[in-house]
Amino acid sequence: MVQYNHSSFDGSFAALSDATRRGVLERLGQGDASITDLAEKFHMTLTGMKKHVGVLEQAGLVTTRKVGRVRTCKLGRRRLAEEAAWIDRHRRLWEARFEELDQVIDELKRKEKVDGRKARQ
Amino acid sequence: MDARQDNELTPVKNLTAVGRKSECEIIVTRTFDAPARLVFQAWTKPELFKRWWLPKSLGVSLLSYEADIRTGGGYRLELDIPGHGSMAFFGKYLEVTPHSRIVWTNEESEDGAVTTVTLEEKSGKTLLVLQELYSSKEALERAGGSENGLPEQFEQLDELLLSLGGA
Repeated sequence: MVQYNHSSFDGSFAALSDATRRGVLERLGQGDASITDLAEKFHMTLTGMKKHVGVLEQAGLVTTRKVGRVRTCKLGRRRLAEEAAWIDRHRRLWEARFEELDQVIDELKRKEKVDGRKARQ
Repeated sequence: MDARQDNELTPVKNLTAVGRKSECEIIVTRTFDAPARLVFQAWTKPELFKRWWLPKSLGVSLLSYEADIRTGGGYRLELDIPGHGSMAFFGKYLEVTPHSRIVWTNEESEDGAVTTVTLEEKSGKTLLVLQELYSSKEALERAGGSENGLPEQFEQLDELLLSLGGA
């Protein structure tokens, strides 16, 4: 196995390179789940699922908490931050577009005024 | 009272609000200080449209643009994206109703959204509501890598994070 501790960038890269792990993140996006739930859903042994979750945990994409004998997994803060970042990027794009659109519209407004004056003359 | 307050205030910048309406839907709203007729014109005349669609801050340049902006018409934009090369975006106009509604598709990828813009005029100002409807939650998340790409979006990590669920 590769060591995933070079940097968080490499960690995320490796963590997301696997289809099961991407599936686990998608599943956790719908709500928290125990390792047992995840193992069942992905037709895997508990040990196999623990390894996958471990890789996701190291990359900061998932956090786990053990209560009694059950280990519950949830999306890590990085993943949630990504969602917020997505919305923010979208907002910045549209804001920038609309600021330039304002300029085009101002020009049209000025032109209409001038044309209106000419028409009345 | 209101008029007095208006005089005292410096003009407030119109705010662009973005929110997720559902798992597959994004909604963007913005008010323009102009009648709907002018907003519609700036959106549907290709020579005006291309002046604002790619804001300078995006750092992307337009290689070519063709558009037939009417119901049933189509468009094709080719962009030069630094570090990414040229990328084409194309689709159809499902509806173009003067001064009130523009609906188009993005067909360059399976993840392309259907975008609906509605214009509502009130006392000389226009409220623009833009909705992007994606085929799935995953398509919406992956869409970060489309022409909406601000430069940092093309970083490898971002692409991977946005492609979650693309198994």
